[in-house]
Amino acid sequence: MKQSDFLKVVLPFKDKVFRLAKRLLVSNEEAEDATQELLFKLWKSKEKIASYKNVEAFAMTMTKNYCYDRLKSKQASNLTLVHSNYKENETSLDKKLEYQDSVNQVHVLIEKLPEQQKIIIQLRDIEEYDFEEICKMVDMKPTAVRVALSRARKKIREQLTKNHNYGVS
Amino acid sequence: MELANIEQLVEKYLDATTTLQEEATLKNYFTGGNVAIHLQEYAYLFNYFATAKEEQFKKTINLAPKKKRNLTWFSAAASIALLVSIFFGKQQYDKHEQRKEAQRIYVQVSKGLALLSSNLKKGEQAVAVLYTYENTINKILK
Repeated sequence: MKQSDFLKVVLPFKDKVFRLAKRLLVSNEEAEDATQELLFKLWKSKEKIASYKNVEAFAMTMTKNYCYDRLKSKQASNLTLVHSNYKENETSLDKKLEYQDSVNQVHVLIEKLPEQQKIIIQLRDIEEYDFEEICKMVDMKPTAVRVALSRARKKIREQLTKNHNYGVS
Repeated sequence: MELANIEQLVEKYLDATTTLQEEATLKNYFTGGNVAIHLQEYAYLFNYFATAKEEQFKKTINLAPKKKRNLTWFSAAASIALLVSIFFGKQQYDKHEQRKEAQRIYVQVSKGLALLSSNLKKGEQAVAVLYTYENTINKILK
């Protein structure tokens, strides 16, 4: 496999890898490094890839595992992830800004979910994979994926309604 | 799309039993503006999903292996350099010590010789005195 062939395979899903990494690692730089590292890993095992039917699913699984490892080593070294582009104040009267804030809030709410639910929300609601693919990527049974997804969605909705009502009254 | 239908889909969505197609319908409805007020929070949700999907990995992909400096070679070279410098250093030091020792011995020896020579001089003078003494005696006796 030549470099150009490899890029042809990889380019369609590099953004998905990056977004998943960012969902899990939060920081932009971390996610960029992770993506770079993963693509390089894929490149190194290019002989194996040629025989895979679904490189994308394989790459997503790799991303998930890699980010888990990163998170683990981070916890070990006591580094905490901080999210910075979330504004706490919602006193603005500007309707549009408020709307934007509410949209941004979803980001924070997803961030508060357990890792597994984060991944599933990312894969389903943002990347729009079908259940079969998601099951392969996260190595879970279909029912378990559905339960986790349902929980995550309900949790986000519940929090959004709560925040929204609080803002109104 | 009728509101009742959307409401039904939303319920299914929360139970995670919607198909991708149904979710696309929801996405269309909620990102299109014109959302029923009691479903407003879903508009936030689906708008977020839509914007989140637009994020891209903008860095150029680098497939060349990272230039990791090979530390083993560095350490090997460093240890060899250290050994060599210790070896030559020791040699230099020994030479230096030897020279110092030689100088010390030289000073001592020359001091001893000086002492010897001054003593010899004294003896010579004494002998010279004896010679003159003997000469005068001989002259007188002649």
